Amino acid sequence: MVNQKVNLNGLQLKNPVLTASGTFGFGEEFTDFMDLSRIGGIIVKGTTIRHREGNPYPRMAETASGMLNAVGLQNKGVEYFVNSIYPRIKNFDTNVLVNVSGSTIEDYVQTAEIIQDLENIPGIELNISCPNVKLGGMTFGTSCTEAAKVVEAVRRVYKKHLMVKLTPNVTDITEIAKAVEAAGADSVSLINTLLGMAINAETRRPVLSTITGGLSGACVKPIALRMVWQTANAVKIPVVGLGGISSASDAVEFLLAGASAIQVGTANFIDPTISQKIAAGIVDYCEKHGFQSVKDLTGALIIEDKTTSCTV
Amino acid sequence: MQKNKSYILDLELVEIQQLNSQYVLMKFHDENKLPPMKPGQFAQVRIDGSPTTYLRRPISINFVDIELNQLWMLVQIVGDGTRTLAKAQIGTKINMILPLGNSFGIPLPNERVLLVGGGVGVAPLLMLGKQLQEMQIPVTFLLGARSANDLLELDQFSRYGNVFTTTEDGSAGEKGYVTQHSLLSTDVFGRIYTCGPKPMMQAVSAYAKKHGIECEASLENSMACGIGACLCCVEDTSEGHVCTCIDGPVFNTNVLKW
Repeated sequence: MVNQKVNLNGLQLKNPVLTASGTFGFGEEFTDFMDLSRIGGIIVKGTTIRHREGNPYPRMAETASGMLNAVGLQNKGVEYFVNSIYPRIKNFDTNVLVNVSGSTIEDYVQTAEIIQDLENIPGIELNISCPNVKLGGMTFGTSCTEAAKVVEAVRRVYKKHLMVKLTPNVTDITEIAKAVEAAGADSVSLINTLLGMAINAETRRPVLSTITGGLSGACVKPIALRMVWQTANAVKIPVVGLGGISSASDAVEFLLAGASAIQVGTANFIDPTISQKIAAGIVDYCEKHGFQSVKDLTGALIIEDKTTSCTV
Repeated sequence: MQKNKSYILDLELVEIQQLNSQYVLMKFHDENKLPPMKPGQFAQVRIDGSPTTYLRRPISINFVDIELNQLWMLVQIVGDGTRTLAKAQIGTKINMILPLGNSFGIPLPNERVLLVGGGVGVAPLLMLGKQLQEMQIPVTFLLGARSANDLLELDQFSRYGNVFTTTEDGSAGEKGYVTQHSLLSTDVFGRIYTCGPKPMMQAVSAYAKKHGIECEASLENSMACGIGACLCCVEDTSEGHVCTCIDGPVFNTNVLKW
Protein backbone atom coordinates (compact mmCIF):
# COMPACT_ATOMS: atom_id res chain seq x y z
CA MET A 1 0.00 0.00 0.00
CA VAL A 2 1.67 3.19 -1.18
CA ASN A 3 1.32 6.20 1.09
CA GLN A 4 0.14 8.98 -1.23
CA LYS A 5 -0.03 11.77 1.32
CA VAL A 6 1.95 14.93 0.81
CA ASN A 7 2.60 17.61 3.42
CA LEU A 8 3.06 20.85 1.56
CA ASN A 9 4.59 22.96 4.31
CA GLY A 10 1.56 22.37 6.53
CA LEU A 11 -1.05 21.95 3.79
CA GLN A 12 -2.06 18.28 3.85
CA LEU A 13 -2.85 16.74 0.47
CA LYS A 14 -4.25 13.23 0.08
CA ASN A 15 -2.10 12.90 -3.02
CA PRO A 16 0.21 15.23 -4.97
CA VAL A 17 -2.20 15.99 -7.84
CA LEU A 18 -3.80 19.43 -8.01
CA THR A 19 -5.60 21.00 -10.95
CA ALA A 20 -4.23 24.26 -12.31
CA SER A 21 -6.15 27.49 -12.06
CA GLY A 22 -7.99 28.52 -15.21
CA THR A 23 -8.13 24.96 -16.55
CA PHE A 24 -10.62 23.41 -14.16
CA GLY A 25 -13.28 26.09 -13.64
CA PHE A 26 -14.61 25.73 -10.12
CA GLY A 27 -14.45 21.94 -10.23
CA GLU A 28 -18.20 21.66 -10.82
CA GLU A 29 -17.66 21.54 -14.58
CA PHE A 30 -15.90 18.17 -14.15
CA THR A 31 -18.22 16.29 -11.82
CA ASP A 32 -20.07 14.62 -14.72
CA PHE A 33 -16.80 12.93 -15.61
CA MET A 34 -14.70 12.27 -12.53
CA ASP A 35 -14.60 11.97 -8.76
CA LEU A 36 -13.01 15.11 -7.31
CA SER A 37 -12.21 13.23 -4.08
CA ARG A 38 -9.57 11.25 -5.99
CA ILE A 39 -7.23 14.21 -6.36
CA GLY A 40 -5.24 16.23 -3.85
CA GLY A 41 -6.91 19.51 -4.59
CA ILE A 42 -8.26 21.97 -7.09
CA ILE A 43 -7.13 25.54 -7.63
CA VAL A 44 -10.09 27.52 -8.83
CA LYS A 45 -10.20 30.23 -11.45
CA GLY A 46 -8.21 33.44 -10.90
CA THR A 47 -10.17 35.76 -8.62
CA THR A 48 -9.79 39.52 -8.33
CA ILE A 49 -11.22 42.12 -5.99
CA ARG A 50 -13.63 43.38 -8.64
CA HIS A 51 -15.50 41.84 -11.57
CA ARG A 52 -13.37 41.57 -14.73
CA GLU A 53 -14.74 40.99 -18.23
CA GLY A 54 -11.41 39.71 -19.51
CA ASN A 55 -10.09 40.28 -23.01
CA PRO A 56 -12.17 40.38 -26.21
CA TYR A 57 -12.72 37.26 -28.33
CA PRO A 58 -10.71 35.61 -29.90
CA ARG A 59 -8.79 34.46 -26.87
CA MET A 60 -7.42 31.14 -27.99
CA ALA A 61 -5.11 29.80 -30.67
CA GLU A 62 -4.22 26.16 -31.03
CA THR A 63 -0.51 25.47 -31.55
CA ALA A 64 1.52 22.34 -32.20
CA SER A 65 1.02 20.28 -29.00
CA GLY A 66 -0.37 23.23 -27.12
CA MET A 67 -2.43 26.37 -27.13
CA LEU A 68 -2.20 30.09 -26.53
CA ASN A 69 -4.77 31.80 -24.38
CA ALA A 70 -5.52 35.41 -23.65
CA VAL A 71 -8.49 35.11 -21.32
CA GLY A 72 -7.29 37.96 -19.12
CA LEU A 73 -8.61 36.87 -15.73
CA GLN A 74 -12.31 37.04 -16.54
CA ASN A 75 -14.14 36.53 -13.24
CA LYS A 76 -17.07 37.97 -11.32
CA GLY A 77 -15.00 39.26 -8.41
CA VAL A 78 -14.29 37.96 -4.93
CA GLU A 79 -17.68 38.92 -3.44
CA TYR A 80 -19.46 36.85 -6.07
CA PHE A 81 -17.10 33.97 -5.34
CA VAL A 82 -17.85 34.19 -1.62
CA ASN A 83 -21.62 34.49 -1.97
CA SER A 84 -22.45 32.39 -5.00
CA ILE A 85 -19.68 29.91 -5.72
CA TYR A 86 -18.14 29.04 -2.37
CA PRO A 87 -21.42 27.66 -0.92
CA ARG A 88 -21.65 25.25 -3.87
CA ILE A 89 -18.08 23.96 -3.70
CA LYS A 90 -17.10 24.20 -0.04
CA ASN A 91 -18.00 20.60 0.70
CA PHE A 92 -15.96 19.03 -2.08
CA ASP A 93 -13.97 16.18 -0.57
CA THR A 94 -10.66 17.70 -1.62
CA ASN A 95 -8.64 20.84 -0.95
CA VAL A 96 -10.02 23.90 -2.69
CA LEU A 97 -7.48 26.69 -3.13
CA VAL A 98 -8.26 30.05 -4.72
CA ASN A 99 -5.97 31.68 -7.24
CA VAL A 100 -5.76 35.38 -6.35
CA SER A 101 -4.75 38.11 -8.75
CA GLY A 102 -4.77 41.88 -8.80
CA SER A 103 -3.66 45.09 -10.41
CA THR A 104 -2.25 46.64 -7.25
CA ILE A 105 -0.78 45.33 -4.00
CA GLU A 106 -3.87 46.62 -2.22
CA ASP A 107 -6.09 44.49 -4.54
CA TYR A 108 -4.15 41.34 -3.66
CA VAL A 109 -4.25 42.10 0.07
CA GLN A 110 -7.99 42.82 0.17
CA THR A 111 -8.86 39.73 -1.86
CA ALA A 112 -6.67 37.51 0.31
CA GLU A 113 -8.24 38.91 3.48
CA ILE A 114 -11.76 38.19 2.24
CA ILE A 115 -10.85 34.63 1.25
CA GLN A 116 -9.11 34.02 4.56
CA ASP A 117 -12.51 34.12 6.26
CA LEU A 118 -13.75 31.14 4.22
CA GLU A 119 -13.36 28.19 6.53
CA ASN A 120 -12.98 25.51 3.85
CA ILE A 121 -10.36 27.28 1.78
CA PRO A 122 -7.03 26.19 3.31
CA GLY A 123 -4.84 28.30 1.07
CA ILE A 124 -4.45 30.66 -1.84
CA GLU A 125 -2.24 30.67 -4.88
CA LEU A 126 -0.98 34.19 -5.43
CA ASN A 127 -0.86 34.81 -9.16
CA ILE A 128 1.99 37.20 -9.90
CA SER A 129 2.46 35.71 -13.32
CA CYS A 130 -0.54 36.29 -15.59
CA PRO A 131 0.78 37.44 -18.98
CA ASN A 132 -2.62 38.57 -20.23
CA VAL A 133 -3.43 41.65 -18.18
CA LYS A 134 -2.17 45.17 -18.66
CA LEU A 135 -1.83 46.10 -15.00
CA GLY A 136 -0.36 43.89 -12.30
CA GLY A 137 -0.14 40.18 -12.96
CA MET A 138 3.19 39.38 -14.52
CA THR A 139 4.64 42.81 -13.81
CA PHE A 140 4.86 41.73 -10.15
CA GLY A 141 6.36 38.40 -11.07
CA THR A 142 9.21 39.60 -13.25
CA SER A 143 10.96 41.71 -10.62
CA CYS A 144 12.43 40.34 -7.38
CA THR A 145 11.63 43.59 -5.55
CA GLU A 146 8.02 43.82 -6.75
CA ALA A 147 7.42 40.11 -6.17
CA ALA A 148 8.76 40.37 -2.63
CA LYS A 149 6.62 43.46 -1.92
CA VAL A 150 3.33 41.86 -2.88
CA VAL A 151 4.11 38.59 -1.10
CA GLU A 152 5.18 40.42 2.07
CA ALA A 153 2.01 42.51 2.05
CA VAL A 154 -0.25 39.48 1.62
CA ARG A 155 1.75 37.47 4.15
CA ARG A 156 1.09 40.13 6.80
CA VAL A 157 -2.66 39.57 6.58
CA TYR A 158 -2.99 36.01 5.28
CA LYS A 159 -2.28 33.26 7.79
CA LYS A 160 -3.17 30.10 5.85
CA HIS A 161 -1.11 28.40 3.13
CA LEU A 162 0.36 30.96 0.75
CA MET A 163 1.47 29.48 -2.57
CA VAL A 164 3.00 31.89 -5.08
CA LYS A 165 2.69 31.15 -8.80
CA LEU A 166 5.74 32.17 -10.80
CA THR A 167 6.15 33.22 -14.40
CA PRO A 168 8.71 31.60 -16.69
CA ASN A 169 9.06 34.87 -18.62
CA VAL A 170 12.18 35.89 -16.69
CA THR A 171 15.92 35.44 -17.08
CA ASP A 172 16.36 33.46 -13.86
CA ILE A 173 13.28 32.05 -12.16
CA THR A 174 15.30 30.94 -9.13
CA GLU A 175 15.98 34.57 -8.19
CA ILE A 176 12.25 35.32 -8.07
CA ALA A 177 11.63 32.08 -6.16
CA LYS A 178 14.23 33.01 -3.55
CA ALA A 179 12.77 36.51 -3.23
CA VAL A 180 9.23 35.23 -2.57
CA GLU A 181 10.56 32.59 -0.18
CA ALA A 182 12.30 35.31 1.83
CA ALA A 183 9.09 37.35 1.75
CA GLY A 184 7.15 34.57 3.46
CA ALA A 185 5.69 32.30 0.79
CA ASP A 186 4.85 28.78 2.01
CA SER A 187 5.38 27.24 -1.42
CA VAL A 188 5.94 28.23 -5.03
CA SER A 189 4.12 26.87 -8.08
CA LEU A 190 5.64 27.04 -11.53
CA ILE A 191 5.35 27.61 -14.40
CA ASN A 192 2.56 29.90 -15.53
CA THR A 193 2.23 30.27 -19.30
CA LEU A 194 5.02 31.38 -21.63
CA LEU A 195 4.40 34.54 -23.60
CA GLY A 196 3.77 33.64 -27.23
CA MET A 197 2.05 34.75 -30.40
CA ALA A 198 0.09 33.37 -33.35
CA ILE A 199 -0.47 34.90 -36.77
CA ASN A 200 -3.00 33.96 -39.43
CA ALA A 201 -1.01 34.30 -42.65
CA GLU A 202 -4.16 34.18 -44.80
CA THR A 203 -5.64 37.26 -43.17
CA ARG A 204 -2.24 38.78 -42.23
CA ARG A 205 -3.61 39.39 -38.76
CA PRO A 206 -2.79 38.15 -35.25
CA VAL A 207 -5.05 35.32 -34.12
CA LEU A 208 -5.55 36.67 -30.60
CA SER A 209 -7.36 39.93 -29.88
CA THR A 210 -4.47 40.84 -27.58
CA ILE A 211 -1.82 39.92 -30.21
CA THR A 212 0.23 37.98 -27.64
CA GLY A 213 -0.94 35.32 -25.19
CA GLY A 214 0.19 32.58 -22.85
CA LEU A 215 1.42 29.25 -24.21
CA SER A 216 0.52 26.06 -22.37
CA GLY A 217 0.12 22.37 -23.04
CA ALA A 218 2.46 19.47 -23.73
CA CYS A 219 4.86 21.67 -25.72
CA VAL A 220 6.00 23.62 -22.63
CA LYS A 221 6.86 20.60 -20.50
CA PRO A 222 10.64 20.47 -21.04
CA ILE A 223 10.96 24.15 -20.10
CA ALA A 224 8.76 23.72 -17.05
CA LEU A 225 10.67 20.63 -15.94
CA ARG A 226 13.99 22.45 -16.23
CA MET A 227 12.69 25.42 -14.22
CA VAL A 228 11.21 23.19 -11.52
CA TRP A 229 14.52 21.35 -11.18
CA GLN A 230 16.48 24.60 -10.95
CA THR A 231 14.04 26.10 -8.44
CA ALA A 232 13.86 23.00 -6.25
CA ASN A 233 17.62 23.21 -5.95
CA ALA A 234 17.47 26.89 -5.01
CA VAL A 235 14.75 27.15 -2.33
CA LYS A 236 13.81 25.28 0.85
CA ILE A 237 10.03 25.70 0.56
CA PRO A 238 8.11 23.09 -1.44
CA VAL A 239 7.88 23.50 -5.19
CA VAL A 240 4.63 22.66 -7.00
CA GLY A 241 5.39 21.75 -10.59
CA LEU A 242 3.19 22.41 -13.60
CA GLY A 243 3.53 22.95 -17.30
CA GLY A 244 2.30 20.47 -19.88
CA ILE A 245 1.73 17.56 -17.51
CA SER A 246 -0.48 15.14 -19.46
CA SER A 247 0.28 11.70 -18.00
CA ALA A 248 1.37 9.99 -14.80
CA SER A 249 4.84 9.65 -16.28
CA ASP A 250 5.00 13.41 -16.84
CA ALA A 251 3.91 13.97 -13.24
CA VAL A 252 6.54 11.56 -11.88
CA GLU A 253 9.22 13.42 -13.86
CA PHE A 254 8.29 16.67 -12.10
CA LEU A 255 8.38 14.96 -8.70
CA LEU A 256 11.79 13.43 -9.46
CA ALA A 257 13.01 16.88 -10.52
CA GLY A 258 12.17 18.14 -7.04
CA ALA A 259 8.49 19.06 -7.02
CA SER A 260 6.51 18.06 -3.91
CA ALA A 261 3.20 18.22 -5.76
CA ILE A 262 2.08 18.86 -9.31
CA GLN A 263 -0.73 20.62 -11.12
CA VAL A 264 -2.52 19.38 -14.21
CA GLY A 265 -3.59 22.18 -16.53
CA THR A 266 -4.33 22.23 -20.24
CA ALA A 267 -4.54 18.41 -20.35
CA ASN A 268 -7.89 18.74 -18.51
CA PHE A 269 -9.33 20.15 -21.75
CA ILE A 270 -8.43 17.07 -23.73
CA ASP A 271 -9.35 14.49 -21.11
CA PRO A 272 -11.50 15.84 -18.28
CA THR A 273 -10.64 12.75 -16.20
CA ILE A 274 -6.88 13.01 -16.63
CA SER A 275 -6.11 14.35 -13.13
CA GLN A 276 -7.73 11.32 -11.52
CA LYS A 277 -5.85 8.99 -13.89
CA ILE A 278 -2.57 10.72 -13.11
CA ALA A 279 -3.12 10.31 -9.35
CA ALA A 280 -3.71 6.57 -9.85
CA GLY A 281 -0.76 6.29 -12.24
CA ILE A 282 1.66 7.79 -9.71
CA VAL A 283 0.72 5.01 -7.29
CA ASP A 284 1.34 2.41 -10.00
CA TYR A 285 4.77 3.92 -10.59
CA CYS A 286 5.61 3.76 -6.89
CA GLU A 287 4.56 0.11 -6.71
CA LYS A 288 6.56 -0.79 -9.78
CA HIS A 289 9.67 1.02 -8.60
CA GLY A 290 9.52 0.09 -4.93
CA PHE A 291 8.64 3.47 -3.42
CA GLN A 292 6.64 3.10 -0.18
CA SER A 293 5.59 6.71 -0.24
CA VAL A 294 4.87 9.21 -2.99
CA LYS A 295 6.75 11.89 -1.08
CA ASP A 296 9.94 9.85 -1.52
CA LEU A 297 9.80 10.61 -5.25
CA THR A 298 10.49 14.29 -4.61
CA GLY A 299 14.02 15.01 -5.76
CA ALA A 300 14.80 11.32 -6.34
CA LEU A 301 16.37 12.12 -9.68
CA ILE A 302 19.64 10.28 -10.17
CA ILE A 303 22.33 12.41 -11.72
CA GLU A 304 25.54 10.62 -12.63
CA ASP A 305 28.77 12.58 -12.29
CA LYS A 306 29.30 12.86 -16.04
CA THR A 307 26.08 14.82 -16.53
CA THR A 308 26.75 17.48 -13.92
CA SER A 309 29.50 19.07 -15.99
CA CYS A 310 26.86 20.61 -18.24
CA THR A 311 26.20 24.26 -17.65
CA VAL A 312 22.83 25.10 -16.22
CA MET B 1 -32.32 25.57 -18.27
CA GLN B 2 -31.27 22.40 -16.47
CA LYS B 3 -28.09 21.01 -17.98
CA ASN B 4 -28.36 17.41 -19.13
CA LYS B 5 -25.56 15.11 -18.05
CA SER B 6 -22.56 14.80 -20.35
CA TYR B 7 -20.61 11.62 -20.99
CA ILE B 8 -17.23 10.63 -22.40
CA LEU B 9 -17.92 7.85 -24.91
CA ASP B 10 -16.00 5.88 -27.51
CA LEU B 11 -18.44 5.69 -30.41
CA GLU B 12 -17.89 3.35 -33.32
CA LEU B 13 -17.83 4.81 -36.82
CA VAL B 14 -20.28 2.68 -38.79
CA GLU B 15 -20.84 4.68 -41.96
CA ILE B 16 -19.18 7.54 -43.78
CA GLN B 17 -20.57 9.34 -46.82
CA GLN B 18 -18.44 11.72 -48.82
CA LEU B 19 -21.01 14.40 -49.69
CA ASN B 20 -18.59 16.43 -51.78
CA SER B 21 -14.89 17.37 -51.66
CA GLN B 22 -15.44 19.44 -48.50
CA TYR B 23 -18.06 17.59 -46.50
CA VAL B 24 -18.55 14.14 -45.03
CA LEU B 25 -21.49 12.70 -43.14
CA MET B 26 -20.27 10.39 -40.37
CA LYS B 27 -22.56 7.99 -38.52
CA PHE B 28 -21.59 6.56 -35.14
CA HIS B 29 -23.04 3.75 -33.11
CA ASP B 30 -22.76 2.70 -29.50
CA GLU B 31 -23.58 -0.70 -28.07
CA ASN B 32 -25.28 1.05 -25.16
CA LYS B 33 -28.22 3.37 -25.66
CA LEU B 34 -26.99 6.83 -26.63
CA PRO B 35 -27.68 9.50 -23.99
CA PRO B 36 -30.55 11.95 -24.58
CA MET B 37 -29.45 14.78 -26.89
CA LYS B 38 -31.28 17.94 -27.88
CA PRO B 39 -31.21 19.94 -31.13
CA GLY B 40 -28.40 22.50 -31.02
CA GLN B 41 -26.13 20.48 -28.74
CA PHE B 42 -22.66 19.42 -29.80
CA ALA B 43 -19.88 16.97 -29.05
CA GLN B 44 -16.18 17.56 -28.34
CA VAL B 45 -14.47 15.07 -30.60
CA ARG B 46 -10.92 13.87 -29.91
CA ILE B 47 -8.86 13.42 -33.02
CA ASP B 48 -6.03 10.93 -32.80
CA GLY B 49 -3.20 10.64 -35.29
CA SER B 50 -2.92 14.31 -36.24
CA PRO B 51 0.22 15.79 -34.65
CA THR B 52 -0.90 19.36 -35.30
CA THR B 53 -4.29 18.77 -33.65
CA TYR B 54 -3.98 19.21 -29.88
CA LEU B 55 -7.49 20.14 -28.81
CA ARG B 56 -10.81 18.42 -29.35
CA ARG B 57 -13.05 19.67 -32.15
CA PRO B 58 -16.56 20.88 -31.33
CA ILE B 59 -18.96 19.31 -33.84
CA SER B 60 -22.74 19.76 -33.96
CA ILE B 61 -25.07 16.86 -33.47
CA ASN B 62 -26.68 16.57 -36.89
CA PHE B 63 -29.20 13.86 -36.11
CA VAL B 64 -29.90 11.02 -33.72
CA ASP B 65 -31.46 7.92 -35.24
CA ILE B 66 -33.10 6.44 -32.17
CA GLU B 67 -34.09 3.15 -33.83
CA LEU B 68 -30.58 2.38 -35.06
CA ASN B 69 -28.99 4.04 -32.00
CA GLN B 70 -26.87 6.17 -34.32
CA LEU B 71 -25.43 9.64 -34.00
CA TRP B 72 -24.82 11.62 -37.19
CA MET B 73 -22.25 14.34 -37.65
CA LEU B 74 -21.81 16.57 -40.64
CA VAL B 75 -18.13 17.39 -40.86
CA GLN B 76 -16.63 20.16 -42.94
CA ILE B 77 -13.01 19.48 -43.79
CA VAL B 78 -11.29 22.68 -42.71
CA GLY B 79 -7.83 21.77 -41.46
CA ASP B 80 -5.62 18.88 -40.35
CA GLY B 81 -7.96 17.83 -37.54
CA THR B 82 -11.14 17.49 -39.56
CA ARG B 83 -9.17 16.04 -42.51
CA THR B 84 -7.83 13.28 -40.23
CA LEU B 85 -11.28 12.67 -38.75
CA ALA B 86 -12.84 12.38 -42.20
CA LYS B 87 -10.30 9.67 -43.11
CA ALA B 88 -11.19 7.42 -40.16
CA GLN B 89 -11.87 3.81 -41.13
CA ILE B 90 -15.23 2.15 -40.51
CA GLY B 91 -15.06 0.40 -37.16
CA THR B 92 -12.78 3.01 -35.56
CA LYS B 93 -13.79 4.11 -32.08
CA ILE B 94 -13.87 7.89 -31.80
CA ASN B 95 -13.71 9.44 -28.34
CA MET B 96 -16.21 12.21 -27.72
CA ILE B 97 -17.69 14.21 -24.88
CA LEU B 98 -21.41 14.68 -25.33
CA PRO B 99 -23.96 16.11 -25.28
CA LEU B 100 -22.69 19.64 -24.57
CA GLY B 101 -24.26 23.08 -24.62
CA ASN B 102 -27.84 24.32 -24.52
CA SER B 103 -30.41 23.77 -27.25
CA PHE B 104 -32.88 25.64 -29.43
CA GLY B 105 -35.96 26.98 -27.66
CA ILE B 106 -39.48 25.71 -28.17
CA PRO B 107 -41.74 27.96 -30.28
CA LEU B 108 -44.94 29.44 -28.86
CA PRO B 109 -48.24 27.76 -29.83
CA ASN B 110 -49.20 28.57 -33.43
CA GLU B 111 -45.93 30.41 -34.04
CA ARG B 112 -44.73 29.92 -37.64
CA VAL B 113 -41.10 28.86 -37.66
CA LEU B 114 -38.35 29.23 -40.24
CA LEU B 115 -35.03 27.36 -40.03
CA VAL B 116 -32.24 29.18 -41.88
CA GLY B 117 -28.93 27.40 -42.46
CA GLY B 118 -25.78 28.02 -44.43
CA GLY B 119 -22.82 25.76 -45.19
CA VAL B 120 -22.02 23.26 -42.44
CA GLY B 121 -24.32 25.32 -40.21
CA VAL B 122 -27.28 23.37 -41.56
CA ALA B 123 -26.17 20.45 -39.35
CA PRO B 124 -28.16 21.11 -36.14
CA LEU B 125 -31.26 22.21 -38.07
CA LEU B 126 -31.98 18.66 -39.25
CA MET B 127 -32.48 17.38 -35.72
CA LEU B 128 -34.41 20.54 -34.85
CA GLY B 129 -36.69 20.00 -37.86
CA LYS B 130 -37.42 16.47 -36.73
CA GLN B 131 -38.22 17.61 -33.20
CA LEU B 132 -40.57 20.34 -34.45
CA GLN B 133 -42.32 17.92 -36.80
CA GLU B 134 -42.86 15.54 -33.90
CA MET B 135 -44.50 18.44 -32.06
CA GLN B 136 -46.80 18.89 -35.07
CA ILE B 137 -45.27 22.25 -35.89
CA PRO B 138 -45.00 22.93 -39.63
CA VAL B 139 -41.36 23.41 -40.58
CA THR B 140 -39.89 25.56 -43.35
CA PHE B 141 -36.19 25.30 -44.16
CA LEU B 142 -34.28 27.99 -46.01
CA LEU B 143 -30.82 26.67 -46.85
CA GLY B 144 -28.05 28.60 -48.55
CA ALA B 145 -24.74 27.60 -50.10
CA ARG B 146 -22.15 28.74 -52.63
CA SER B 147 -23.43 26.37 -55.32
CA ALA B 148 -25.73 23.38 -55.82
CA ASN B 149 -22.97 20.94 -54.89
CA ASP B 150 -22.66 22.54 -51.42
CA LEU B 151 -26.32 22.12 -50.51
CA LEU B 152 -26.18 19.24 -48.05
CA GLU B 153 -28.65 16.56 -46.97
CA LEU B 154 -31.56 18.02 -48.96
CA ASP B 155 -33.24 14.61 -49.07
CA GLN B 156 -33.11 14.46 -45.28
CA PHE B 157 -34.42 17.98 -44.76
CA SER B 158 -37.35 17.38 -47.10
CA ARG B 159 -38.57 14.60 -44.75
CA TYR B 160 -39.33 17.16 -42.07
CA GLY B 161 -40.57 20.25 -43.89
CA ASN B 162 -40.67 22.44 -46.97
CA VAL B 163 -37.21 23.21 -48.27
CA PHE B 164 -36.25 26.44 -50.04
CA THR B 165 -32.71 27.06 -51.22
CA THR B 166 -30.42 29.81 -52.42
CA THR B 167 -27.02 29.57 -54.06
CA GLU B 168 -24.56 32.36 -54.65
CA ASP B 169 -23.96 31.22 -58.25
CA GLY B 170 -27.60 30.45 -58.99
CA SER B 171 -26.91 26.76 -59.73
CA ALA B 172 -29.80 25.73 -57.48
CA GLY B 173 -32.75 27.52 -55.93
CA GLU B 174 -32.82 31.28 -56.05
CA LYS B 175 -29.61 33.12 -56.81
CA GLY B 176 -28.19 35.17 -53.94
CA TYR B 177 -28.07 34.97 -50.17
CA VAL B 178 -30.69 33.44 -47.90
CA THR B 179 -31.81 36.89 -46.78
CA GLN B 180 -32.61 37.75 -50.42
CA HIS B 181 -34.97 34.79 -50.92
CA SER B 182 -38.47 35.74 -52.11
CA LEU B 183 -39.96 33.60 -49.33
CA LEU B 184 -39.05 36.31 -46.86
CA SER B 185 -41.13 38.91 -48.68
CA THR B 186 -44.14 36.66 -49.28
CA ASP B 187 -44.44 34.72 -46.03
CA VAL B 188 -44.71 35.77 -42.38
CA PHE B 189 -42.84 33.95 -39.62
CA GLY B 190 -42.91 34.34 -35.86
CA ARG B 191 -39.59 32.71 -35.03
CA ILE B 192 -36.37 32.05 -36.90
CA TYR B 193 -33.71 29.54 -35.95
CA THR B 194 -30.38 30.04 -37.71
CA CYS B 195 -26.96 28.46 -37.91
CA GLY B 196 -24.17 29.13 -40.37
CA PRO B 197 -21.39 31.59 -41.15
CA LYS B 198 -21.45 34.59 -38.81
CA PRO B 199 -22.15 37.20 -41.54
CA MET B 200 -25.15 35.13 -42.67
CA MET B 201 -26.50 34.82 -39.13
CA GLN B 202 -25.97 38.55 -38.57
CA ALA B 203 -27.95 39.33 -41.72
CA VAL B 204 -30.72 36.94 -40.66
CA SER B 205 -30.74 38.50 -37.20
CA ALA B 206 -30.98 42.00 -38.69
CA TYR B 207 -33.91 40.88 -40.85
CA ALA B 208 -35.64 39.35 -37.80
CA LYS B 209 -35.09 42.46 -35.71
CA LYS B 210 -36.48 44.70 -38.43
CA HIS B 211 -39.65 42.62 -38.68
CA GLY B 212 -40.08 41.97 -34.97
CA ILE B 213 -39.39 38.24 -35.30
CA GLU B 214 -37.82 36.22 -32.48
CA CYS B 215 -34.48 34.86 -33.65
CA GLU B 216 -32.17 32.22 -32.18
CA ALA B 217 -28.68 31.70 -33.59
CA SER B 218 -26.25 28.87 -32.93
CA LEU B 219 -22.69 30.21 -32.70
CA GLU B 220 -19.47 28.50 -33.72
CA ASN B 221 -16.84 30.33 -31.64
CA SER B 222 -13.53 28.52 -31.37
CA MET B 223 -13.29 26.48 -28.19
CA ALA B 224 -10.69 24.75 -26.09
CA CYS B 225 -12.47 22.75 -23.37
CA GLY B 226 -16.14 22.85 -24.43
CA ILE B 227 -17.32 22.45 -20.82
CA GLY B 228 -17.11 25.96 -19.40
CA ALA B 229 -13.70 25.69 -17.77
CA CYS B 230 -11.32 27.70 -19.95
CA LEU B 231 -13.42 30.77 -20.87
CA CYS B 232 -11.87 30.91 -24.36
CA CYS B 233 -15.06 30.75 -26.47
CA VAL B 234 -16.77 33.82 -25.02
CA GLU B 235 -19.33 35.89 -26.87
CA ASP B 236 -20.06 39.49 -25.92
CA THR B 237 -23.67 39.75 -24.80
CA SER B 238 -25.91 42.08 -22.82
CA GLU B 239 -24.78 40.04 -19.78
CA GLY B 240 -21.10 40.57 -20.63
CA HIS B 241 -18.77 37.81 -21.82
CA VAL B 242 -20.46 34.43 -21.63
CA CYS B 243 -19.23 31.01 -22.74
CA THR B 244 -20.56 29.79 -26.07
CA CYS B 245 -20.00 26.20 -24.90
CA ILE B 246 -22.25 26.20 -21.83
CA ASP B 247 -24.35 29.36 -22.06
CA GLY B 248 -24.74 28.69 -25.80
CA PRO B 249 -24.16 27.69 -28.50
CA VAL B 250 -27.75 28.90 -29.06
CA PHE B 251 -28.50 32.52 -28.17
CA ASN B 252 -31.53 34.73 -28.69
CA THR B 253 -29.98 37.29 -31.03
CA ASN B 254 -31.46 40.13 -28.95
CA VAL B 255 -28.75 39.52 -26.32
CA LEU B 256 -25.88 39.49 -28.82
CA LYS B 257 -23.88 42.64 -29.56
CA TRP B 258 -24.30 42.27 -33.32
